[in-house]
Amino acid sequence: MIRIEPRAKVSNSSTIFIPIIAAIVSLLFAAIPIISAGANPLIAYVEMAKGVFGSVFAVSEMLTRATPLIFTGLAAAIAFRAKLWNIGAEGQLYLGAIAAVTVGSGFFDLPAIFLLPLIIVLGACAGAVGMVAPTYLKVRFGADEVVTTLLLNFIIIIFLQMLLEGPLQDPMGLGWPQSAPILDQGMFPPLIDRMRVHSGLILAVILAVIAQVMIKHSVWGFKLRAVGENSSAAKHAGININRSLFGVALLSGGLAGLAGVSEVAGLKGYLTADLSPGFGYAGIVVAMLAGLSPIGVLIASVFIASVFVGADSMSRAMGISSFLADLVVSVSLLCVLVGGFIAKFKIVRAGTGKKIL
Amino acid sequence: MEASTVLKLNGLAKRFGSILANDDVTIHLQNGEVLALLGENGAGKTTLMNMLFGHYLPDSGNIEIKSINGDLVPLELGNPSAALAAGIGMVHQHFTLAENITAFENITLGAESLFSLRRNQRKAEKKINNIMSNSGLEAPLDIPVGRLSVGERQRVEILKALYRDAHILVLDEPTAVLTPQEADALFSNLRRMTSHGLSVIFITHKMREVLAFSDRLVVLRHGKNVGSMETSNASEKKIARLMVGSETQKVSPKRITPGGPILSLNDISVAGRSKRDSLQNISLTLKSHEILGIAGISGNGQNVLADLISGLVLPDKGSILLKGVAIQNINPLNMIKLGFGRIPEDRHRQGIVGGLSVSENMVIERLDDPLIQNFGFLRSSVINDNAQTLSEKYDVRGPGIDQASRLLSGGNIQKLILARVFEQQPEIILANQPTRGLDMGAASDVQRHLIEARDRGGGVILISEDLDEILGLADRIVVMRDGNLHDVNSSSREAIGLMMAGESV
Repeated sequence: MIRIEPRAKVSNSSTIFIPIIAAIVSLLFAAIPIISAGANPLIAYVEMAKGVFGSVFAVSEMLTRATPLIFTGLAAAIAFRAKLWNIGAEGQLYLGAIAAVTVGSGFFDLPAIFLLPLIIVLGACAGAVGMVAPTYLKVRFGADEVVTTLLLNFIIIIFLQMLLEGPLQDPMGLGWPQSAPILDQGMFPPLIDRMRVHSGLILAVILAVIAQVMIKHSVWGFKLRAVGENSSAAKHAGININRSLFGVALLSGGLAGLAGVSEVAGLKGYLTADLSPGFGYAGIVVAMLAGLSPIGVLIASVFIASVFVGADSMSRAMGISSFLADLVVSVSLLCVLVGGFIAKFKIVRAGTGKKIL
Repeated sequence: MEASTVLKLNGLAKRFGSILANDDVTIHLQNGEVLALLGENGAGKTTLMNMLFGHYLPDSGNIEIKSINGDLVPLELGNPSAALAAGIGMVHQHFTLAENITAFENITLGAESLFSLRRNQRKAEKKINNIMSNSGLEAPLDIPVGRLSVGERQRVEILKALYRDAHILVLDEPTAVLTPQEADALFSNLRRMTSHGLSVIFITHKMREVLAFSDRLVVLRHGKNVGSMETSNASEKKIARLMVGSETQKVSPKRITPGGPILSLNDISVAGRSKRDSLQNISLTLKSHEILGIAGISGNGQNVLADLISGLVLPDKGSILLKGVAIQNINPLNMIKLGFGRIPEDRHRQGIVGGLSVSENMVIERLDDPLIQNFGFLRSSVINDNAQTLSEKYDVRGPGIDQASRLLSGGNIQKLILARVFEQQPEIILANQPTRGLDMGAASDVQRHLIEARDRGGGVILISEDLDEILGLADRIVVMRDGNLHDVNSSSREAIGLMMAGESV
């Protein structure tokens, strides 16, 4: 029999290399279905790489895909740091999007310099509002936020469908369930002419850097880490746990709301009920791959966006189903989780205590 | 039945890190005997029984047990199945029953082969009924255990052991959860069973039970067997003396005259979820230049008292006065700001945040302090210099101040907490079990700091189960029992020991 024991120390090199090794191992695993689909995995991966890095357009597409993932990834990473399991980024994303189209589609006719910041701020606030009830229920009654935030997603999406059939419906939209478009001056300016990548990416990167600095160097981040690592010691040391949790919850919801803002005001221009192909849930994967580090979220978002965009273009070029992308992402997450386990624990033979791994 | 030895524990020793939990313990158990195993918390009773039952592997020593043909054979160590097969049954203080299935299923669970359960059901029922009528232990067999009373559940636990043909029964504090009537019934049933050849070891620190129901008793202190006698020769005084020891204390600070009162608890009640976390109308005054020792067996309300003074628990009734002024906002941060230094009992869970670095843990109680932060940003150079200085001053050793504090040893974690607390020169110090689990060096460091704080003019509340420590350090002693405080007039070890055990002196 084998026994599992914690390692005395998690080495720094293992925290860096394990995600990289996990990514490589997941590509190796993904080769199995590619081969079974009758294709050469090497050629398939070359096609994938071309689809991501082969042209300015390819890179732009990949970064466009990465942008909402950075926001939702940050939302999950920050909340999870405090052991607040916000699974509701998908719903908060839509709350942000709803706020963005509400104020952006002609409610205020302001110049860009005012309208875009207003949309950003109100979108973030709307996302934050989505975390108020779950956090209150958790703090007051001990309700599991995994359940409450998850279920709120469905409520918010149905609420959105109602809005899109009613008050928010575009009067010029020929009856389609979609909102009126955001005014031109309310849109994120594009980064490159005639490309889809927009300045929402800049905002995402700036926020990731700020989050990294705040977690590491601010009193607020200190409290957040203390609450997440050991809430009873944090409480004993005079840290107000509930206040910290609320702060983290609002911030996490706000970041997820910005994902919605960035999608409607950066990419689509108007809101439909299929704005997000699960960016909220993918953000959880991003955060886990990133080891809950904000800077890591940038890298993980690029990796996951690359896999999705690359798999799309590979499937077009080679006739392999693009579901492969989901497979690579899932396998890479599993590999990272196993890798994280191996970094923290060692496996020994029960009788002899001899180390196996 | 003739008296013959059924179990021999020969020179068992077990060390956990720097703590010698059991040191060369030898105990012999006779057939049909009820043996009481006594000792304060941490004396090594549970460790010893865990070695007997195969949960722990002893570092040295061996166990011999009577086999079916009557010979004493060595028991395979560190193997619970071997202990079960040899006929040792253990009833833990916290029951190990599955609450959603019936008593019958609990009793037979694991004792039958998976493939023959149906065929043996009638046989099993017959066997259980037999045991019940022989022992007098009655329990409803066909309703879920979750609906049984605590006493019934305990009987199910014992039946479970007897069903596996246990001829040696170990009971860990069997009466802790029982009413006095249930306890009496249990012991009279045990008597009946011993007349059928069962041998019983029961762990307790209630003297009444020992004197009333045991044949012989063994006292453990600091992991050693310090005395064994026939119960007929024993008296409460003798036992108390053995339990709390009588060696001279190494730390003996010079006494100084206490100053005026600095902290008063006035008629405070806290209604906890259970008796062990409730306080009933307690009042207490702490003076400056004073170490107030709170003696008592753990689980008598010490932790609520500590939580109250730490600001974690609000009183339902009564007030806390600091130099005559009632404290309005009772919360940890406010208590720290008012000059309370708190050394928590569970240093890993409450004392440090293991994932944060040593330097971060050294400032965690003063995050508002403008010395360590600038507009909400940590001044890492100040924090690191602080940690460097304090590590040297308080001799905190570990892999480095920037490393996670969970990598420190228990003694060094405690020194980290001491550094954090005493560097703020607190006026009132709450030390809850501050030396538990520490080696001699670290423990005397802790004690030295408490004395220094007192000499500086502070008041120290020292909660400890270690009576030697209390007698050595405290200027005044109160005993805590059942959520109440009792003044101690005599400083005799026996008198305090008796009060701790619940006898009026």
